[in-house]
Amino acid sequence: MHDMSAHAHVAHHAPPTSFIRKHIFSLDHKVIGKQYYGLALLAVFVGMFLSWLMRLHLGWTNLTIPGLHLLSSNGAPGNVMTPEYYLQLMTMHATIMVFFVLTTAPFAAFGNYFLPIQVGAEDMPFPRFNMMSFWITFAGFVVLVSSFFVGDGPTLGGWTQYAPLSAVGSVAGPGEGSGVVLWAISIALFCVGQLLGSLNFITTTLDMRTKGMSLWRLPLSTWAWFITSVMGLTAFAVLMPACILLILDHVAGTSFFVPSNLVISDQVQPHSGGSTLLWQHLFWFFGHPEVYIAIVPGMGIISHVLIANMRRPMLSHRTLIYSFGALAVLSYMVYGHHMFVSGMNPVSSIAFSFPTLIITIPSTILVLIWLGSLYGARLRINTASLFALGFISMFISGGVSGFFLAQPSIDIMLHATYFVVGHFHMVMGVAAMFGIFAGTYFWFPKMFGRMMNETLGKVHFWLTFVGTYCIFMPFHYLGLAGNVRRYQAFVVDYMQPLVPVHRFITVAALITGAAQLIFLYNLIHSRFWGEPAPENPWQATSLEWSTPSSPPPFDNFGGKLPVVYHDPYQYGVEGSTGDYVMQDSPEQIETVRDEG
Amino acid sequence: MAKIFAVTIIVIAILSAIPILRHTWWMAPDISTHGAPIDEQMSETMAEAGISFLASQILLAIFIWKFSQSKPGEKIRSFPGGAMTMVIGAFLLVGTEVLALGAFGAKAWASIYFTAPAPNAMPIQVQAGQFAFYFRYPGPDGKFGPLHPDMISEASQNVYGLDIDHDPDAKDDIVTAEMAVPANREIHLLMHAKDVGHSFFVPELRVQQDFVPGLDLSIHFTATKVGRYEIVCTQLCGLGHYNMRTYLSVLSQQDFEDWLKKQAASQ
Repeated sequence: MHDMSAHAHVAHHAPPTSFIRKHIFSLDHKVIGKQYYGLALLAVFVGMFLSWLMRLHLGWTNLTIPGLHLLSSNGAPGNVMTPEYYLQLMTMHATIMVFFVLTTAPFAAFGNYFLPIQVGAEDMPFPRFNMMSFWITFAGFVVLVSSFFVGDGPTLGGWTQYAPLSAVGSVAGPGEGSGVVLWAISIALFCVGQLLGSLNFITTTLDMRTKGMSLWRLPLSTWAWFITSVMGLTAFAVLMPACILLILDHVAGTSFFVPSNLVISDQVQPHSGGSTLLWQHLFWFFGHPEVYIAIVPGMGIISHVLIANMRRPMLSHRTLIYSFGALAVLSYMVYGHHMFVSGMNPVSSIAFSFPTLIITIPSTILVLIWLGSLYGARLRINTASLFALGFISMFISGGVSGFFLAQPSIDIMLHATYFVVGHFHMVMGVAAMFGIFAGTYFWFPKMFGRMMNETLGKVHFWLTFVGTYCIFMPFHYLGLAGNVRRYQAFVVDYMQPLVPVHRFITVAALITGAAQLIFLYNLIHSRFWGEPAPENPWQATSLEWSTPSSPPPFDNFGGKLPVVYHDPYQYGVEGSTGDYVMQDSPEQIETVRDEG
Repeated sequence: MAKIFAVTIIVIAILSAIPILRHTWWMAPDISTHGAPIDEQMSETMAEAGISFLASQILLAIFIWKFSQSKPGEKIRSFPGGAMTMVIGAFLLVGTEVLALGAFGAKAWASIYFTAPAPNAMPIQVQAGQFAFYFRYPGPDGKFGPLHPDMISEASQNVYGLDIDHDPDAKDDIVTAEMAVPANREIHLLMHAKDVGHSFFVPELRVQQDFVPGLDLSIHFTATKVGRYEIVCTQLCGLGHYNMRTYLSVLSQQDFEDWLKKQAASQ
């Protein structure tokens, strides 16, 4: 252990005493991490509830859903969803899930809680920025949800908010006025929050590592959060100004995204000179890295969880890190594959197609390293490792459909169909959720000092694993048959025979969604009445298991920072007393080297 | 539990593959002259993706089954060849595979998009607006009259904003709500949007192209099989998006001429 004065340049803050400073406007990264987790939990149940309503409507159009008019009397007169209300719910489902769940939970929540501890720091270097980061994000969520109650409701333009539908105002449809402005304010706020968070993550990783913690000794989860924060810094920095320009098109009479001579309701619109494709370029320049912002933390988390449960390090620590990095770099070179049929120059389509195909190489390396590391391991099956293994299965299933969407010629048939919806739900939705679940079951004992119930955890896993396959695999079949996405009903002749498939999916979605209530119950029940957690329940090696208590004290390590002597994953160590050696154990061992 | 998990993964993988192998849900039969390379590319990619999918899932299942049974104290073993084999394998196998897919895919794309329409291709204009497509045929003079956005009026049925009183080229233009084309004749489709983004998708024709407000785009194709097909919008355009559709009739030359005459008479 070495003295914390080593980090004297960091703005230290004393332990708070008041309730507000301790639990609400806290500067403690652990409290902020839990706040982010709480926000994601609230958001995911809102998002899932919206998806239930959507799925019911898709299976049985004009179905009466008792009480629906309470949500919106205009959107559901007589408790039947209107076409525009379907689109509004869809847009909110996607926005909430992508931003406030898939970015918030694996990156902001777990990253905030565990990154400083895993590098051996007492906190982040800019705790006030960190607090602001959460509260600005929270404000973004409040603004987004408030659009349900303002004017003619939330925007119906989809989470991608393509202009000029999103930019010409309420003349284009319900929610396209105040709904879009609130959406854009919410997302701009979210971007500011994540930019502040990313700055903290990067600085903590580079500047706050404890003695002996070289970059290569950082656990894979920390590497994943670090690389993600670099992506966040550049991606959110593009989306935020794009949102501001969109707001200006609404409130300041500008025409960034609206060309001249558009005629809506027989009226020529008072705009000229804008470019609709500009929005698409700006959006997807953010949008594609965002996919990796959602999934890379999950990759880091499940690697970390799997290693402890395989009782061995990965075949190559560094190869995994290089692959995370390659994904991050390539993610900026592929965004045009969302725009193959957009009217963009067809030569660009080919230029964007090759990097998209090449991104399968680091993805394949990741899968092969995970599989190769399972070989010869001493795998422990528990809820955390089941979700981690489930992540790999989902990532493979969602990943292979990327082969199709990377090619412009095939995209002619699959663009804007359910094939795309199936692809991204599996690869960045479900896989990322599995990462969140693996992290939750693994780290809960550290965060709350209690164990989660394993039996309930396994029931949750089985229903979720089988259920998500039942939901999202058929999406691919629908897409192959030409089922267009973002339709509130299937009146097109050739889509009508596909309705039974939609009904199957709806039933699966309701059951899988209900299974998440088991998780919620387990979370809340275990928080208060779970078995007290042992000091190091998984016999894991990284620094979060070296704190003097669970949850860790205010300054993480009780006044003395740990000194790191080993690589992060010293399992299966020859000549050691156990089968593992903690990172901060001064025990002399022959380091378990990988072949990387 | 590990064994049940392994079996579940394999069962899911096989069940997922069956509808693909049986083509239970599949692309509608191609009726275009340019669609064959797309279909071929789809089949090639399906084969490669399918093999990767099944092989990885089965391997995952086998390893879960086999390596969750180790006794405590049993020595950890490493995959023969280690990580380097994985990396080289990924670069060689997957790298070659995706480059091949990319190259052949690019060729298929280029055959559609990098070729100009034949000089004698029949021009047809399509305008997309919330929530309908309108088509315009140039009439006997072969010329389209200019558009006047300020004259667009759904109420007076002037959906294109034509000034037939002053523009001689517009006088004989034929505007229709459905599209008809003669079989085996190349069509040069001139696309523009009236209000927001839309898309033109005919699965059988292997055509999908967005309308971009502010940009005039064009595509060209030849339909080979007489029949009636649906044109649908795939770009979210507002509350009536799901119902923005019309029909494409592929007719014999004679039937097409008769149809066009009938449309001209009803203008």
